[in-house]
Amino acid sequence: MYNGGKIIAGLIIFIGLFTFPIFYNMGKASKMPEPKLDTPAIKELPEAERKCVESKEYMKANHMQLLDEWRDLVLRDGNLVYESTSGKKYIMSLQNTCMHCHSNKKEFCDKCHTYANVKPYCWSCHISPKENET
Amino acid sequence: MNAIISLIAVIGLVLIALIGVNVANLHFIFGVVVPYFAIVVFLIGVISRVMKWGRTPVPFRIPTTCGQQQSFPWIKQSKLDNPSTAAGVVGRMLLEVLLFRSLFSNTKFELREGPKIAYGSTKWLWLGGLAFHWSFFVVLVRHLRLFTEPVPVFLQNIEALDGFLQVGIPGVLISGVVLLLAVTYLFLRRVIEPAVRYISLAADYFPLFLIMSIALTGILMRYFLRVDIVGIKALTIGLVSFNAKVPEGISVVFYIHLFLVSTLFAYIPFSKIMHLGGVLLSPTRNLPNNSRMVRHINPWNYPVELHTYSEYEDEFREKMKKAGLPVEKE
Repeated sequence: MYNGGKIIAGLIIFIGLFTFPIFYNMGKASKMPEPKLDTPAIKELPEAERKCVESKEYMKANHMQLLDEWRDLVLRDGNLVYESTSGKKYIMSLQNTCMHCHSNKKEFCDKCHTYANVKPYCWSCHISPKENET
Repeated sequence: MNAIISLIAVIGLVLIALIGVNVANLHFIFGVVVPYFAIVVFLIGVISRVMKWGRTPVPFRIPTTCGQQQSFPWIKQSKLDNPSTAAGVVGRMLLEVLLFRSLFSNTKFELREGPKIAYGSTKWLWLGGLAFHWSFFVVLVRHLRLFTEPVPVFLQNIEALDGFLQVGIPGVLISGVVLLLAVTYLFLRRVIEPAVRYISLAADYFPLFLIMSIALTGILMRYFLRVDIVGIKALTIGLVSFNAKVPEGISVVFYIHLFLVSTLFAYIPFSKIMHLGGVLLSPTRNLPNNSRMVRHINPWNYPVELHTYSEYEDEFREKMKKAGLPVEKE
């Protein structure tokens, strides 16, 4: 090796940086987060009516776009009623419709958002629900 | 032709992942085995390639001298373009690696009416290259959010900065768009400019198509097709903590993306992309031009038995005098 010291030092730094996630996660057991659906409002509903405005799969994938559309419909068009694919009508309101059932923002919204480092800007306009620290 | 072969190769890779996951149900192979294999090939390949370069002797100073070398104190030295000290070399390397300074001095040659030769400065390659490499770097760093739990603050800040336009839902990340545009530009440049097309090989087109398809599948997943990001992160966290399980219901686009990225990583040590290590080890850049100050001796010079003139004269002085030859010492 010529200039072996420098080259090996460089390689070690490179490998150290490259394997950073391995060291960072070492000894931490992280579980896949599951949003919790055990709020009082949901529990009150009879079993058959425990449904979101659209199917679970649709909501999981597209809730952000749905909310975005709702915002535009309500704020720009003044249209307040959403008709879901099942024909049921809902008032388009994050705080009054969504958060009525999902009143557990920390356990429902934040769990996955924090996990995936997603930072929605819902709460820069809306008032986030007050939750008791548990 | 080279471009078409490369395009077919990349389409083939996409099909392998598509069929492997959708038809053959090899989720574990494509989600766990292939990425591990690719990373091992990448690391071993990069190390052995760099070690091989490190064992190559560079006996003499061969830096590219792009300016006035160190001379008399009253002649101004170009310290970055012709460095004579280690500090100068570090400065030159940093500017080269971070800002692609040598591409900035790119010139274009044209034959005009007359015929006259004209040289003009051209910055497009520099700009495209810089945009491409930096956006790729930011994209790579941003992906660490899938490999760290909890996500470190600096990664959160990078992503916030990257998405500060707050366009659309989920917010457009500038680096991804710039990456796709830049790689498209670099590809079009190869195809459209006849001189560049003439010297372009399959090894030039293949990485471009590969990176283009990686960026495309990434953008598709983020903005259009929607994948289960929480499930994906469970898989990637499992990969880095050596406890990989493949969650149900991850879209096939993710496996295609992952397979293309794995191919890219495994391909790096055998390809031109090794310039990421090569730029630091290129003797035309990393050597100080100090030939006039330091004597560099070739390490494989075999010992030569010397018989200097003064010794020769000592040996034959009397005979030389008799023959009437001039001698230096009487």
